[in-house]
Amino acid sequence: MKHESCKILIIGAGPGGYVCAIRAGQLGLDTIVVEEARAGGTCLNIGCIPSKALIHAAEEFHVAAHLAAGNDLGITTTAPAIDLRQTVAWKDGIVKRLTGGVGTLLKKARVRSIAGRAQIVDGKTVDVETADGPLRITTENLVIATGSHPQTIPALPFGGDILSSTEALSLDAVPARLAVVGGGYIGLEIGTAMAKLGAQVTVVEAAGRILPQYDAELTRPVMQRLEALGVTVLCNARAEGFETGHLVVATDDGPQKIAADKVLVTVGRAPVTQGFGLEDLGLTMTGRHLDVDDRCRTSMHGVYAIGDVTGDPMLAHRAMAQGTLVAEAVAGYRTNWDKRAIPAVCFTDPEIVTVGLLPEETPDSAVAMFPFAGNGRAMTLGRDDGFVRVVYDADTELVLGIQAVGAGVSELAGEFALALEMAATLTDIADTVHAHPTLGETVQEVAMKGLGRALHI
Amino acid sequence: MGVSNIRVPDVGEGVAEVELVEWHVKPGDTVKEDDVLAAVMTDKATVEIPSLYTGTIVSLGAEIGETVAVGATLVTIEHGGEGGDVTAEIEVEPEQDTPAETAKPATASKPVPNPAVAAPASGSARAPRAEGVAPLASPAVRARARNAGIDLRQVAGSGPAGRITQGDLDAVFAAGPGGASTGGGKRQGSEDIRIIGLRRKIADRMALANSRIPHITVIEEIDVTALEDLRATMNQTRGDKPKLTMLPFVSATLCRALLTHPEMNAHFDDDAGVVTRHNPVHIGVATMTEGGLVVPVLRHAEALGPFATASEIARLAEAARTGKAKRDELSGSTITITSLGPLGALATTPIINHPEVAILGINKMAVRPMWDGQQFVPRKMMNISASFDHRVIDGWDAASFVALVKRLLENPAMIFMEVEA
Repeated sequence: MKHESCKILIIGAGPGGYVCAIRAGQLGLDTIVVEEARAGGTCLNIGCIPSKALIHAAEEFHVAAHLAAGNDLGITTTAPAIDLRQTVAWKDGIVKRLTGGVGTLLKKARVRSIAGRAQIVDGKTVDVETADGPLRITTENLVIATGSHPQTIPALPFGGDILSSTEALSLDAVPARLAVVGGGYIGLEIGTAMAKLGAQVTVVEAAGRILPQYDAELTRPVMQRLEALGVTVLCNARAEGFETGHLVVATDDGPQKIAADKVLVTVGRAPVTQGFGLEDLGLTMTGRHLDVDDRCRTSMHGVYAIGDVTGDPMLAHRAMAQGTLVAEAVAGYRTNWDKRAIPAVCFTDPEIVTVGLLPEETPDSAVAMFPFAGNGRAMTLGRDDGFVRVVYDADTELVLGIQAVGAGVSELAGEFALALEMAATLTDIADTVHAHPTLGETVQEVAMKGLGRALHI
Repeated sequence: MGVSNIRVPDVGEGVAEVELVEWHVKPGDTVKEDDVLAAVMTDKATVEIPSLYTGTIVSLGAEIGETVAVGATLVTIEHGGEGGDVTAEIEVEPEQDTPAETAKPATASKPVPNPAVAAPASGSARAPRAEGVAPLASPAVRARARNAGIDLRQVAGSGPAGRITQGDLDAVFAAGPGGASTGGGKRQGSEDIRIIGLRRKIADRMALANSRIPHITVIEEIDVTALEDLRATMNQTRGDKPKLTMLPFVSATLCRALLTHPEMNAHFDDDAGVVTRHNPVHIGVATMTEGGLVVPVLRHAEALGPFATASEIARLAEAARTGKAKRDELSGSTITITSLGPLGALATTPIINHPEVAILGINKMAVRPMWDGQQFVPRKMMNISASFDHRVIDGWDAASFVALVKRLLENPAMIFMEVEA
C-alpha cells in the first residue's frame, strides 16, 4: 500500500472541506483533501448552485409566459416553450465551471487533492481506495467534512418516480403533476420553480404551515405567491405512500389521494456519519451529528469536524466559516467561533432572509417593519410585495435581528449580517446613506421607522 | 504569492534552544525584509531575528517565555516569492559585532500581562458582562482583543448600546495590567508577571548559586580616608583621563591580594570535583541595567592601571546598559565585584557568581566618628561584604583574604608597590 503523510487531512471537498483546504494551503500547511465525487459537495453539485440555476431559468420562463399574456408593461411576445434537457445542460455547465474552479483553487493553494473514498483507520490514519490502488495517509490533524444527504422516509424510498432534490434538479422534462413532500425551503424552492415551468404542484407539509422555522408574518407573502402560481399547499398532512399516479396522504379530514407523476421528497437532510469508519472513533455525538466545541474540535484530540456533519444550521456559508477557522486553528492562530450572525436565505418566491433573532425569540424587544410597497425600486420591478423587519432593543436601539421577505432580498443578506456582526444600532443604519433607487433603502427606512422618523410611509 | 516558515536560526555555540523574549510582529502585520521579527535569548545575550521576506505575517510559532528549539518554526509569512513547502532557514552569525546580536535586557523585563486580569477601562459606560453574554463589538475589535488575549467580557463599552470600540480597547492597553487607579477604595485582584528573558536567567543563576554553594560571608569595615585622598589627588591631576571612582582601586586591590590568595581566583566544577585556579584576573563587575543584573567582565584586570581600568569599566557598563555588550564581554569572569553604589547599605550578602568561589561586595561609604585612641575623629569608612564558597574556602582563609584586602585599601600605596603584601 502506498503511503502519504500530511499536516492536515480533510475528508470531503464540499464548501466546508475545500475552503478549509485552500485556507490551510494558504497558511503553508501540508494539506490533503480526499473527495469521492466531484469537488464542491452538495452545494455546487446538487444543492445551492444547481437549484438557483433552475430557479432562475424557471423565473425567466415564468416572466416570458407572463409577458405573452396581457401585461401592464406593454410588451407583446409569444408563449414560451422550454426544453428542460437543455436547461439542465446549461445548469450542468455552470456546475462544471465552478467545480473545475475549485480544483484550480486547491491546486493554486498547493493542496493535494485525492479522488477516492476515505476510510478512517484511526484519528491519525485514513485509507483511501483510489484509481491507482489503495493509499494510506497519516496526518497530524483530521477534519471531517462529509456533509449531509437527503433524509428519506420509509413510506417513500427514493427511486423511480420518487425523487430526492438531486434527481429533481436533473429532470429531462417538466412533470405535469408534481407532489412535494415537505414544505421546507428545499421543497418550496424546487416546487415553485416547477410550478413556474408549468407543473401542477401540490406541497404536503406535516406541520401546520409551510416554512415552520419562520413566523407566519414572514411566510405569508410566500403563501400568497404560491397561491397565485396555482400551487396547492396541504398542511397538517402526512405522506403515507405512492401508488402509481397517486400520492396517498393522511390528513385531519381523512386520507386523500393526490395525483402526481413525480413525488419530490424533501423532509430534511441527515449528517453523513456512517460508512467510512467514523463510528470506530467513538466521538461524542449530539443526536445524529458530531459534537464540536468553539474551535470545531471533536472529542478526540486532533480530530475536527465542520459543516453539515456538525448539525444545524446546515448552510454552506457556515461550513465555509468553520473551514477557515479550523485551518487557522491548526496553523496556530488564536481563534474561535464567535460569530454573531449566520444569515439564512430561502430562495422561494418571494425570497426570505433572516439574520439574528426573530421577534418570537426575544419577546421583550421592539419590532419595526417597512413594506416594499413604500419603495420606489420595488414598484419599478413590478414586485412590491413583502417587507423588511428589524428586531431591536428598545432601550439601547441595538439591532438584534433583521428579516426580509420580498423579490430579490437575498442580496440584502450581507447588509443584514454586517449590521449584526458590527453590533449596529438603529441609528447606525438610519444614518448610513443608502443608494436611491434600490431595494436596500427599505433597510434604512425600517431603522428610521424604529426611531420614529420613517420618511416614506 | 507564497507562504514560508522562518525557523529559529542556529545562534552558535552549540545552543540547541532559545527563549522567546519579545515579538516585534503579530499576525497580519506587514514586514519588510530585514525587519526584526522577534528577540530570542541565548545563554547570555538577546538575539534579534530578522525577516527574510517582505510580506505579511500569517502566524507566530511560539509565545513569549516559551523555549523554542533551534529549527522550530518561528513565524509563518506570506510573501511575493515562492512559498508553499519552502522553508527558510536564516543564519545569524555568532560574531560579536553583528547588529543582530545585541543584548536587549530592557525589552526582556517588560511584564507580560495575564489575559485573565485585563482590567476594565475607567469611566466605563457599562458594567462588564456576565458569563455567557457576548460582548458587543465589531469583528475587528474582537479579533484584536483575541490576539492580545483580552477577555472582552471584562471590557466596558463606551459606544452606542455599550458597544466596545477600538478606543475602549486602547484604554485597556494604556491602563496596562491592573488598570487605572480609581483611588481610595480597596484594591482587588492580582497580577501575574512571567519571569522571562534576562530575569529568568538571573533567577536561574541565583538559584543555582544559592542552592549549590554554601556561602560564608565576611563583613569588614575599611577606613578609606587615605584611599579617598589618593583618589582625589589622582582625579585632580588626571587631565583628560577618565575620572577615577572607587572601583579601579578595588580592582587593583583584588589583583594584588590574589597574588597571595590564588585560591580565590578560581572556578569550582563541583560535578568533576575540580577547582581551577586562574592566573589572569577577569573581574566580573555586577551592573544594574533597566532589564536587571548583568555582569560584564573586565578582562585581565591585573594588567590594567587605574585609568585604563576606569575607562574599560565605563565602557563595559555603558555597553551593558544599552544592551550592546557582546557575548564574550558577558562571560568568563574569574571573580566578581558587586556594588550598590550610593545605595550600598551597611552590609550585604553577595551571592557568588557560579562557578566562581569568591565575590566582593562594596558597601556605602560614609564619614563616621572613629576612636583613634584618644578622641573620636571623622574618618571615611566603607564596609565590604565578601562571600566565599565554603566547600573549597575555609573561614580562616576567607578572613585572612578580607584582612589583606582591608590592609591594602587602608594603605593604598601598598596596592601599587612591588613588595610582598
